[in-house]
Parts: sequence; structure tokens; C-alpha cells
Amino acid sequence: MIKEMKNITIEVNLKDAKTLNEEIKNSVSAYDEITLNNVYGQRYIGSGINQDVKININGVPGNDLGAYMDGPEIEVFSNAQDAIGNTMNKGRIIVHGSCGDTTGYAMRGGEIFIKGSVGYRVGIHMKEYLDMKPVIVIGSSAGDFLGEYMAGGIIILLGIGVAKEDQLTGKYLGTGMHGGVMYVNGTLPEYKLGKEIKKVELDNNDKKVIKNYIQQYKKYFKYTKDINIDSFSKYVAADKNPYHLLYIKN
Amino acid sequence: MKEGQIRIPAGCAISGIIDKKRNRFNGESIIKSIALMHERSNGLGGGFAGYGIYPQYKNFFALHIFYDNNQIKAKTEEFLSEHFEIESAGNIPTRAVPSIKDKPLIWRYFVQPRIYKVRNLNMDEDEFTARCVIRINKDFLGAYVFSSGKNMGVFKGVGYPEDIGDFYMLENYEGYIWTAHGRFPTNTPGWWGGAHPFTMLDWSIVHNGEISSYDANRRFVEMYGYKCTLQTDTEVITYLLDLLVRRHKLPMEKALQVLVAPFWNDIEKENSKKAEELKALRAVYSSALINGPFSILIGYEDGLIALNDRIKLRSMVSAIKGDKVYFASEESAIRVICKKPENIYHPKGGEPIIVKFEEAK
Amino acid sequence: MLSFVSSQFEVLRDNNKCIKCQVCVKQCANEVHKYDKEDNVIICDEAKCVCCHRCVALCPTKAIKIRKNILEFKENANWTATCINEIYKQAESGGMLLSSMGNPKTFPIYWDKILLNASQVTNPSIDPLREPMETKVIIGRKPDKLEYDKKGKLVTKMPPNIELNMPIMFSAMSYGSISKNAHEALARAAQKLGILYNTGEGGLHKDFYKYGKNTIVQVASGRFGVHLDYLNAGVAIEIKIGQGAKPGIGGHLPGIKVGEDVSATRMIPIGSDAISPAPHHDIYSIEDLRQLILSLKESTNYTKPIFVKIAAVHNVSAIASGIARAGADAIVIDGFRGGTGAAPTRVRDNVGIPIELALACVDQRLRDEGIRNNISIICAGSIRNSADIVKAIALGADAVCIASAALIAMGCHMCRSCSTGKCNWGIATQKEDLVKRLNPDIAYQRLVNLLTAWNNEIKEMLGGMGINAIDSLRGNRLMLMGVGLNLKELEILGIKHAGE
Repeated sequence: MIKEMKNITIEVNLKDAKTLNEEIKNSVSAYDEITLNNVYGQRYIGSGINQDVKININGVPGNDLGAYMDGPEIEVFSNAQDAIGNTMNKGRIIVHGSCGDTTGYAMRGGEIFIKGSVGYRVGIHMKEYLDMKPVIVIGSSAGDFLGEYMAGGIIILLGIGVAKEDQLTGKYLGTGMHGGVMYVNGTLPEYKLGKEIKKVELDNNDKKVIKNYIQQYKKYFKYTKDINIDSFSKYVAADKNPYHLLYIKN
Repeated sequence: MKEGQIRIPAGCAISGIIDKKRNRFNGESIIKSIALMHERSNGLGGGFAGYGIYPQYKNFFALHIFYDNNQIKAKTEEFLSEHFEIESAGNIPTRAVPSIKDKPLIWRYFVQPRIYKVRNLNMDEDEFTARCVIRINKDFLGAYVFSSGKNMGVFKGVGYPEDIGDFYMLENYEGYIWTAHGRFPTNTPGWWGGAHPFTMLDWSIVHNGEISSYDANRRFVEMYGYKCTLQTDTEVITYLLDLLVRRHKLPMEKALQVLVAPFWNDIEKENSKKAEELKALRAVYSSALINGPFSILIGYEDGLIALNDRIKLRSMVSAIKGDKVYFASEESAIRVICKKPENIYHPKGGEPIIVKFEEAK
Repeated sequence: MLSFVSSQFEVLRDNNKCIKCQVCVKQCANEVHKYDKEDNVIICDEAKCVCCHRCVALCPTKAIKIRKNILEFKENANWTATCINEIYKQAESGGMLLSSMGNPKTFPIYWDKILLNASQVTNPSIDPLREPMETKVIIGRKPDKLEYDKKGKLVTKMPPNIELNMPIMFSAMSYGSISKNAHEALARAAQKLGILYNTGEGGLHKDFYKYGKNTIVQVASGRFGVHLDYLNAGVAIEIKIGQGAKPGIGGHLPGIKVGEDVSATRMIPIGSDAISPAPHHDIYSIEDLRQLILSLKESTNYTKPIFVKIAAVHNVSAIASGIARAGADAIVIDGFRGGTGAAPTRVRDNVGIPIELALACVDQRLRDEGIRNNISIICAGSIRNSADIVKAIALGADAVCIASAALIAMGCHMCRSCSTGKCNWGIATQKEDLVKRLNPDIAYQRLVNLLTAWNNEIKEMLGGMGINAIDSLRGNRLMLMGVGLNLKELEILGIKHAGE
């Protein structure tokens, strides 16, 4: 049986977030695709939705885009603000621009693709569980504390348009990291690394993973230039239990 | 120490009469009724409220004020003329009664708020006047506004109620509601403000009993700009009603359901819609629940209300005769002024009796 | 390295009574007792004893006694034995000191300096056993006022509120910090009593979703086990900003405690450390708290009240006011004596302020701001008995949370060694053989018994005051009087001195 695709377009303008989200939630069951035009900072779009639906956003959505999201795919045709994909469980967010701070905070599943660069503390406290493995793909560069406390999942930074390797990320990369993996296109100077991470060699499986996400990135953003997989560095936690010697029972 | 600086528990007698057709009658019968319950008071407080007594000034707020001395009187009058147009001002007439001593200066003003002031503050005349009254009572030490409604007035003091009635010459006033109070405070109140009735605008309350929820109620109303200067139960009940009915615009029946909220297990017996409403009232206004023993008579512009606490810890009797409805702490206090009442009834705990005028004003 | 740390306790065995049954050997997870087959004696390594009384309670002949080790240092009011031993421990390990349960120091306990009122003559006391006495409370946001239309129909829509049969809840304790059996007992007791328990920050075990109507789910900085079903599982969501035992400090469940079940509940791999960052990294300012509150409401379609839990710190009243204005439905204030599975000793013993003062100033501040009636205040942090509860409510709380008292009811003996994970009573442990020692049926019954008794005691005290609904106790500070408090303390508490 071929399912008929049903679309709806909502003109947003200065609607308040609560009203807008109510409209979206009411449309989720009846429509496969919801397009929001003229979005101006409305928060929590896609939050708490656990159905498969495509949400297109024209304009800049507000903070907590897709928080606790469990299924939908959101495509933003501009920049996005802070804390997108906060504690997200499943689904995909594609941003045709750059994002603010704490992108993907505590996300446990799903994927976030960002065409451009991201702010501070991106992928902070990402974690994985069984077959749930969150992924953040960053097209350009990232701010400080990328992957702080990272406990699982994958962060891939492609470094597109970044002139020098020391501009790929900020400082304190992966500080407190105790799980998951980060792939960075280039080699970062030692001073940029948090003290709980180490650089390890890429194996074939890593290359497969990187290749797969590069392909997806190219597809979403119609990027055509080649990206050399061999130039990636892999960073992982030096220790799964980094703090076990810190305390003594009193 | 003056009442207000300390909290003085008190027991009491109360009595009230309303004529549903607004036929006016003078203060002699209410004095006679409250006098019968002499044993319930101890000579340290008595008072009366009369409605419909100032027909010639019915559009003016009638401010009755006690002053300790002329200095504070001058200061207060300065404040009054700044905020109100004063139509008339003068002593409240009294006669010498041997048992009534240490009387303060007792003045009466018929006033209207200055319109530009009211407009500037974006409030109505009632709210403006209420705030001025609270301000004087809070900040003008030695001045105390004890009555502030329209076409109504309170007359009270330290003494037995029948002597207070005599002192104020209540036979010269005619009203369609009268309430009275004889007080049994445990301490010397020190001044006249502590006697009942207690009022705010048109509200007047006489009250028998001692509420145990006082400080919970006080701290609740004080959030809304009231100031309990007297530390008496009656004062806080008046403010609660003013808040609920005048400011929050709750229907009177609902406001009374807040003061004597039904028990949770009675709420559960109601159908779900009614139960939801009662639950909301209890949830939002739980700090306005009055707890402990009380019976009160509430006079207001639409009539007279009698109310007992939820488990009926104080006595209250009502009776009807013709157009008149009577309430008193004891049946005999009704019989003494109405020999053959038609309908003697003892209101149940938490059951409000609302007597409204047959025709609205 | 030779350890200079002396044993805290002496283990005394009466060899005349001891029948060498070895129950003590089997029961002690700390391996204090050891059976020497050759000599047929039981020997002791007292240095390992934490004074949990497990062996004492289970010894069939009552042959064991635990005493404080009175090995003296030369008397010194400043350099106490505790000071000296702590330095030895740190010098030997280089570690930060880690303690469990609440602050044990001699700071003032204000509950014990406040006395309650009762009615005599001027108003009657009420007999709670035979006349109605209401302890039900409604927790959640309240509108400024109720509005009716002209026909007398209520038009105000009430925000989601929660009914508690008594003004008591169980505080947040995560699955991980305490055992599954302990959680089960708390959940079942909450259900039986018509109150709430709190998942803590460790997610909700699949077996316990059925207690949803009596559950608060917690969202902490680690966001462990937080997903849509979880958020919708309970009747309220608590955002944990801080904890009284360790204000400003994050949490850390060592990987060793993350077994299969804990892993599934927290949704992290087995053996992985569960680190809760000190702040929520999406909250760096008060307006961000509003964002988190609203994102949770949005995700649960505005059906759940959101509690915000903070530690009582210096500026608590302004913070609480900000929380109220940020849209929270209830504020949970946790005092500096509140318990913990593990906290750095220096933080636990030196950070935060007493709950009594925090509660009094928060209640007053919210009243000064005219917003007290919009939000519920929940008081936590070492509520030890029903009198503490009555005092807390009279100071201004809507309800209290208890945790240490609940653990003690289940069998905790306050040996304060939770962080080791070797709780001999099966409470603060994930070791299967130890967890089995806590029978959830019995623990549940002990909790129900405790709170039933407390609720009756509350009614008795209310009746004495002449009050028949707890509504009239809340904020009723005339019911309290201080003894031995200075003027400043009385002013902050908003109460008079006894005799005034």
C-alpha cells in the first residue's frame, strides 16, 4: 500500500510558542510533513513528539528545538539557537546553517547534522545505551568544551572551510569524557585537549563510520567537494572511570 | 500596652436585626437585645453597626475616627483633605454616661475621594478609600478610622454595650440593619479601637469566639496590602471578606465556602464537577479558611449574613417575624425584642444564612 | 605505608556466649569477622567496622557489642581526634574526603529551639480521634484568584495540582544510590499512604512504572534515564538544581555500582561512571531555568506540575522568588543537614544554611512579593519526627520530604558508609546478596507504620492548637515560640520568644 503524503503549512510569525506547539502536536497524527514559515525564535518546536513526522522550519527556531524528541525529523533552513536536540532520544535534526551552545546536550539517540559551525559545550554529556547511539555531525568548527563529560555516541567534525588545524575546535576538548568517540578532521594541538582523553589510531571500522556520515552530510547539504577520510583523528576517553582515585572514604 | 501591640483573646455576645424591605427603625431594640446577654461580656468592649442611618449623605463615605489628641487630629485631617473632598465634619454626638470613661476624640467626616487622585492611581473609589483607611490606621499613631462605609456607621467603645449605645444616643439613628457586640476580652484593650464591630468600607463584622487560624489568615491577607493593626480575629475576617468579594469578585456564597470550607470527605461525596470546583476553592484559598470557634454576623450593602465555624463551636440562633430577621448568640436575646418569632432556627456548623434585601438598592 | 588511622570502634565478643555459628562472619560485608578454623575462634579486624549493628542484631546469643574506641589523643580542644585522623587519611591517600548521610556537626538545630502552642480556655482544643481532622494538602501552582462568570460558574482553569493525604513525601533517592528493594518499599508505601515518592536522578525501573500516580520523576543535570515515557510516568517532575548535603556539587555514581538493572534504568552502559555535572548545562541563569521548566511542560502537554529543588544557600530567598517567577509549581528547599549517598566531607560539613532559617525567609520573601500563594514550598533536609513537620508547616511549608527517616525506618542504622556500596542492611547497595536482605514487604510495612504514626501525631498536635485542617497551620507562626534564641534568630524565624 502506498501511503499518501499529506502536508500542511503553518504561518508562524509572532505566535507564542505554546500556541504553535499545540498546533504542531495537533497536526502530527494527520500530516506527514509540517512546514513552518516565518519562525521567529519560538521555543520547544518538536519537543515531546514521539511520532514520525517531518518538520520544515523557515526562519530561526528558538532554544530547545527538539528537546526530548523521540522520532521526528526537523530540517531548519537557517541558523538555529541554543540547546537543540536537548536530551533527545530518537529522530534527526538538520540545520542548514550554524548552531549555538550546548547542541545535543545529554542526547541519547538520533542524529544532528549542522552545515556550519557550533558554539560552546556541544555534545555535552551525550550518552549511549544498547543500540541507541547519538551522532552529531558538524560541518565546520566547534567552540570550547566540545564533548564535555561525553559518555557515549559519536561526534564528527568535518572542518570544512577551517584554514588552520588549531581553529577546528576550542580548548578543553572532551574534558571529563568517559565514553563515546570524537572524530576530528585534522590533528589538534595538545593544549586543546581535555586531560581525560587520548588520541588513538583510526581503524577500518572508524573509517566506515566517518565515510557513512560524510555521505549523509553531502546529501543533506548538497556538498560536493571531497573530504579526505585519512586525515581524521580519533579521540576517546583515556579511562572509563576517570575519577575513581579522587576520593577516599572518611 | 495598647491593643494592636499585643493580641488579646476575647469571648462575646452578638446580636443582629435586618428589615428586608429596608424599613428603618431606631437603635433601641438592638440595645435591648444585646443588654440581655450582659453576662457574656465584661465591660471592656461594646459596639453597634447601623445601615441606612445617613440617607442625607448616602453617596459619601462616612469616616468615623478616634483620635488620641488634637495634634494627631490635625495631622490626619491634613491627610484627609489632601485625598478627599470633605462635605461635612464634626464631633459624633454623645451623652455623658457614668461608666464610660477615658473617651477619645470621636469625629465623623462625610467625604468623597478627590477624583484626579483616584484616576492617577487607576483604581476605583472603594479601593482608593480602603487604601487611605489602611494607611491612616497603620501610619498615623493615635488616629484610628473605625468606620468607613457609605450610609452606614459604627459606634463602639470600652464599656458594656448597653452603656455604649446610650453614650452614642442610638435612639436618634434609624437604620434597616443593626448589629451589636458585647465583648469579653481577657486583657484590658487600652483603647477603643479594639471593640467590635470591625469594618472596612461597607463591611462590618461582629464576632463571637477566638480563631485559631489567626496568623495564617493574617499573613495571607497582608500579602494583598492589608495591615492587621489591631491583631484581632474580627479585623482579619473583615479583610478576608473584602479581599474575596470586593477585590477577587467571588460570589458571596463562594466566598463563604472559602471561610468555612467543606471537609474533604464531604467534597468527595459531591458529583465530580462540583467536587472539582470545591477543591479549587480549597486549593487556591486554603489560607483563608477560618479555623477555631466563631459565630459572626456580617453586615454589607446587600443584607446581613450569619456564619458559624465548621464544627459549630459557638452558639447562634435565628428567627423571622414579618419583614424582620433576627440573629443572636442566645434565643432569649431575640425573644426580649420579638415576643413571638415565627421561625426559630439554629444554623448548622459551616452553614451560612444570607438575608438579602428584597429590592436591590 | 603504615596507616596511622586508629579504629573508630571496638568489637567486643563475649566468648562465653559465642557459639561460633558464624552468622556474624556471613553477615558482615565489611569483613570484620573472620572464622579461624584451626583454632575454632572468630577473630576481628575492628578497623573495618563501620558500626552498622548488623552482627549485633543478628547474633543469636547476643554475644557481640560495638563500642566507641576510646583510644585517646592528648587532650586538645582544637586538634580533635577527628581532625587528626582526617589528616592521616589524606596524607596516606591523597584523596578528597568523602562522607555519607547528612552533616553530623554540632551546628544549631532550630527545630529543637522552637516550641508549639496549644489551646487553653479562650479557644477549645479539638479531639482528633473523634472529630474531623484534615491533613490533606494540595501541592502545585495556584492562580492569583478564582474567577466566576455571571451565572456563578467557575471559569478559571486550575493548573495541575497533586493531592497528598498527609503533608509528607519521600525525597529523591536514585536507583543506584539505594537498592531496588528499597525503591519498591518506598513506591508501595507511597501508594498505600496516598503520598509521593521520588525516583531521584537515576531513571525509573520498568517494574515501577505501575506506581506512577505516586511518583515524582526527577530530571537532574545528568539526564539519566530521561525520555518521554519517563517524563510522563509520574504525576510531577522535579528539576534537581541542588541538594542540601552538597550544594553546588554534582553527583558521581561509580561504574562499579552500574550493574545490569541500574544500567537499564539509567540508560547507560554497564560499568560506566554516571556523572551528574554540577550545573545543568542548559541552565546558566534564571531565565534558562524558565526554559527548562517550560520545555518539560511542553513535552508533557502541561499536565504535570514542575518542582524545582534547591539547596538552602545564603541567598535562598531571592533564588526561590526567581524560581517562583520562572514558572515552577513548587519549590523544594533542602537544608544543610540533608542526607546523601556520598558527598565531599568538606562540602557537606561547611556549605549551606539551616533549613529552618531558609524556610522562614523564603516564605516571608514570597509573601513580601505577594506570590506565596501561587507556589508550594516543600521543606526537606533532616526532618526527624512529626514535631519537626508541624514546626516546618507553621513556619510556612506546604509539605515536607523525608529521606533519612525513611531509610532508618527500613533498617538503616546511620553508620554513614553508603558510599562504599556495602550496606549490610540492603539499602544503599547494589550487591545482590546484600539487596536480598531488605525484604520489600517488611520495609514497606515499616514505612507505612512510621508515617501513619506521624500523621496521627500531627493530628494530635493540630487538635491541641484548636485547628482541624492543616491549611490553618501553614504559615501560622503564632503557634511557634523560641527558646534560647537571640533576637536576630527570632526575627528571621518570624516568631516570638517563649514568655513574650
